[in-house]
Amino acid sequence: MADKIGVYVCHCGSNIADAVDVEGVARFAATLRGVAVSRHDSFMCSQPGQELIEADLRELGLTGVVVAACSPQLHEPTFRRACGRAGLNPYLMEMANIREQCSWVTLDPAAATEKAKALVAGAVHRVACQQPLEPHRVPIHPRTLVVGGGIAGIQAALELADAGYPVTLVEREPSIGGHMAQLDKTFPTLDCSACILTPKMMAVGQHPNIQLLSYSEVEGSSGYVGNFVVRIRRKARYVAEDKCTGCEICQQKCPVWVEDKVFEAGLGFRKAIYSPFAQAVPNTPVIDRENCVYFERGKCKACEIFCPAGAIVWDQEDEVLDIEVGNIILATGYRLFDPRRIPQYGYSRLENVFTSLEFERMCNAAGPTAGRIVLRDGMTRPQRVAIVHCVGSRDRNYNAYCSDVCCMYSLKFAHLVHERLPEAEVYNFYIDIRSSRKGYEEFYHRLLDEGTHFIRGKVARISDVPETPEEEDRLIVEAEDTLIGRQRRLPVDMVILSCGLEPQADVRQVARRFGISCSQNGFFIERHPKLDPVATTTDGVFIAGACQGPQDIQSAVAQGAAAAARVAGLISRGEVQLEPVLATVDEAACSGCEECLLTCPYSAIELRPDRDKAHVIAALCKGCGVCAAACLPKAISLSHYTDEQLVAQAKGLLNV
Amino acid sequence: MDHTPSRLFAMIQAGLRDEVLRSNTPWFCVACYYCTVRCPQEVPVTDLMYALKRLSVQQGLCGQVDGRDFARSFVGTVERYGRSFELGLATRYYFTRRPLRLLRLAATGLGMLRKGRVGLRPESIRDVKGLRAILRRARALSGAT
Amino acid sequence: MTYAFFPGCSLAHSASAYADSIRLVAERLGLELREIDDWNCCGATAYFATELLPAYALVARNLALLDGDLDQVVTPCSLCYVNLRRTLQALGGGGNLRAWVDDALAAGGLSYRGAGLSVRHLLDVVVNDVGVDSIAAKVTRPLYGLRVAPYYGCLTVRPGTGFDDPEQPTSLDKLLRSLGAEVVDFSLKADCCGGHMSLISAEVAYPLLRRLLQNATDQGADLVVTACPMCQLNLDAYQQRVNRHFGTSFRLPVLFFTQAIGLALGMSPKALGIGKEIVPASPVLENRWSTEAPPAPARPQRARRRARGTSLPMRGVGDR
Repeated sequence: MADKIGVYVCHCGSNIADAVDVEGVARFAATLRGVAVSRHDSFMCSQPGQELIEADLRELGLTGVVVAACSPQLHEPTFRRACGRAGLNPYLMEMANIREQCSWVTLDPAAATEKAKALVAGAVHRVACQQPLEPHRVPIHPRTLVVGGGIAGIQAALELADAGYPVTLVEREPSIGGHMAQLDKTFPTLDCSACILTPKMMAVGQHPNIQLLSYSEVEGSSGYVGNFVVRIRRKARYVAEDKCTGCEICQQKCPVWVEDKVFEAGLGFRKAIYSPFAQAVPNTPVIDRENCVYFERGKCKACEIFCPAGAIVWDQEDEVLDIEVGNIILATGYRLFDPRRIPQYGYSRLENVFTSLEFERMCNAAGPTAGRIVLRDGMTRPQRVAIVHCVGSRDRNYNAYCSDVCCMYSLKFAHLVHERLPEAEVYNFYIDIRSSRKGYEEFYHRLLDEGTHFIRGKVARISDVPETPEEEDRLIVEAEDTLIGRQRRLPVDMVILSCGLEPQADVRQVARRFGISCSQNGFFIERHPKLDPVATTTDGVFIAGACQGPQDIQSAVAQGAAAAARVAGLISRGEVQLEPVLATVDEAACSGCEECLLTCPYSAIELRPDRDKAHVIAALCKGCGVCAAACLPKAISLSHYTDEQLVAQAKGLLNV
Repeated sequence: MDHTPSRLFAMIQAGLRDEVLRSNTPWFCVACYYCTVRCPQEVPVTDLMYALKRLSVQQGLCGQVDGRDFARSFVGTVERYGRSFELGLATRYYFTRRPLRLLRLAATGLGMLRKGRVGLRPESIRDVKGLRAILRRARALSGAT
Repeated sequence: MTYAFFPGCSLAHSASAYADSIRLVAERLGLELREIDDWNCCGATAYFATELLPAYALVARNLALLDGDLDQVVTPCSLCYVNLRRTLQALGGGGNLRAWVDDALAAGGLSYRGAGLSVRHLLDVVVNDVGVDSIAAKVTRPLYGLRVAPYYGCLTVRPGTGFDDPEQPTSLDKLLRSLGAEVVDFSLKADCCGGHMSLISAEVAYPLLRRLLQNATDQGADLVVTACPMCQLNLDAYQQRVNRHFGTSFRLPVLFFTQAIGLALGMSPKALGIGKEIVPASPVLENRWSTEAPPAPARPQRARRRARGTSLPMRGVGDR
């Protein structure tokens, strides 16, 4: 059958037409072999544009379509659907990207036009060799894995569970709650953080659709959208969850105090058998093997002796579970910037310099000081408090990005000091105040009214070297006050470092495990920063909360819900269409050398023992083409990317 | 110091060229490089201060600042001997610029002298001629560029 | 270990004690320091403040005079260290500079071979090439009883990417501890002594000097040990002026780190140039320097378990 190809060149308003002679390209296309019709339109993606293609398909009986427009990332689905509607197999449509790869990056109009012609010629040559293909459909497993039990993960899990879908929620720590559980108040409304969080934690713990695996970590993941298998390690708690009643007697009787560097941010202690806080979910404690006297010396067992439920299990071992899920939501959160990287701020050398999370715990009524704001001696009330903004943020020596939440929580800290120590003076050292969401700027104004001193200048150093009698035995904050253009030395009793948000330490490992990518900063990369902020480039893997970028509670909740909505949509559809881009083996040509088995990153190729020939497991193949490139006898080809098609495209591009 | 460094940079962006080059701020810089290692925008502040000093001298906009006079005396000494000559430098600088201060500093100088820490005669390198030729050529090249 | 040696102008007179002690100590530590023949001044801060290309040419003449078989230049002066480093970096940085400097050097009959050279501070070489442990093994007269403020100043560690942290350096601390001295917590150890401003402006320089002397005294230091001739000069020679200016009564001797090493290796103080400092070190050495090791400080227990009392735990510098 002779080729009858239609070529449609888009102006994209002025986006393409400014650099490329669109009409010239269309005239050129008409001269190419097999081209039956060549047209141009100001917006091919518009309804009239699509109808133009559909009409030609019906009236002229085209055998292939080339659309020269933007990136296939944006509109390939649009034009495939248009072809499908008019009865052409969608895989007989090819796009030539003459915008992102041509008009936007080639300044000289003559060169841009030549390049566009070459791209169109390549696509025309290629489409002549393309084969009709059918996407394959696979059912979606209704269960979703949510990784991380902070507020974003909790929200996502509850949304899905409430919609009737099963969820497995995995949390590394003994309890869910994340950083939000550590906070005292939330800005700008000053809601008690625990009061608004614990009902949600309870709901997770009691929800019939949620399998909660705390003190657990995901170790591996395989499969593809709709059909993942994840391997989860449940660390030994040494406490039987089905027997423990959460009475806490074990924690009272345990003789070992341990500095709690996680929940109390290093400001308080816990026991060697512990549940991080009173409202923990689940409330089954864990034994910290590293610090337990019994594990260290072989005797003690105080917890076991006093446990009324007989729940202590000394020989418990880690348990490894393989769970099938259809989708994955990563909500792995952030970690606080470690201010010891800025030695001139003195943290860990000067005792009355605190991190923001330490201060949160200090303000918390259930924290180490029962909510009293005191110096490191545990008794003295500070009279002058400095709050240093942008610690580790907006600084190319550490992190160039803004951590989003520090300005607002610094204002909240100032408010808490005013509230609890009305006689104290508070000095906020800021670069800019960033308070751009609902109610935030108003909160800043409230603090101005409360009498907080705002000093515009990045703190240079926190010193313990006095120069005047007033500075004796105090911390001196050195900064340039840029509003008055002078250096200032401010003696204070307490300094709070408003540390920025950083990705978790193991973020790159996690990204690799789930086949997604991280930005240079280490935050997970979304599929599109504006239009698809919770999806990733891997189908079926979504992200929510501070693992995507610094953000506050309300954004984390919104992202958790958004990710859940995306997943629910997929589940309710019941199946997904997968691109029919698969490797196939021509058994007659296969030599059985096994080179492809070694190169396949997805273990999707096996050797048929009966015939000594390679065989591709369709469900595992991702169509990456590595095997096709590695196959010496050229027995493997990749559908939609066959050698013939690629060579034809290259010939078209090079005009040979 | 009439302007802080950040204001000076803002003035540069505002196009206040002559005012910037007349500023005495760069001449107060002790070149301790704290700003350079701490600047959140990685601005090489110390090097910029050096550059502003050079420009203000070249453009003749540098007023009567002590640092500039000192630099001149220093350059003159090195040009003559190839080495710095502390006694000569101090006397040359103070006699010509700050005769009164010389008296105040005399005690310090005498203390140093007693400890044998002041050279009474300049120490010269052997190839002063070659050095001067190098500097002359460098100066000619910078004029040409 | 053989290095090209660039002493810098101050070693001839104002820091002659540094020169004396370097000579003795280098020999004992097996460092061969071959002085660059007919070297010239690095230009200090003055040249770069007036003319850029002549300043680079001035420094480059020294690099051009290097023996062909040596590729590391060592200098004991922190200002020379910065100027040599900056020139080396600029000449390797491409652009026209290298060609211009080559042109200028040719006028003096010299050429710069470039590639493969490095510039080191003497402190870096002593601590990292000789090694603190190897020095400790040679100590015969430990500096027991001496409480020392280690003073780096600015240019030994800044502008960064050198051999130590630009904010809180530790190499001199480690060295002094290995000699048996007690190192005090001297938080201003990398702050500025005022540099050339001591000659130009008392208003700028004296407060800086006072801060340093006050901090070291408050921390109980018996003496200051430094790795920079300018720092030694300012802290030592201007100490009395600072006292008069502010009505203070500091009496802190300031020694070079090579003098401290020499003392611990049992060398004669006089040969090490001790006695040339304006604020004499001899009273401190006579009264404080003990032959007995101080009692080992009780190792603080890991604070991971709750201590009695109300105080809140604090993260250590090295904690996870």
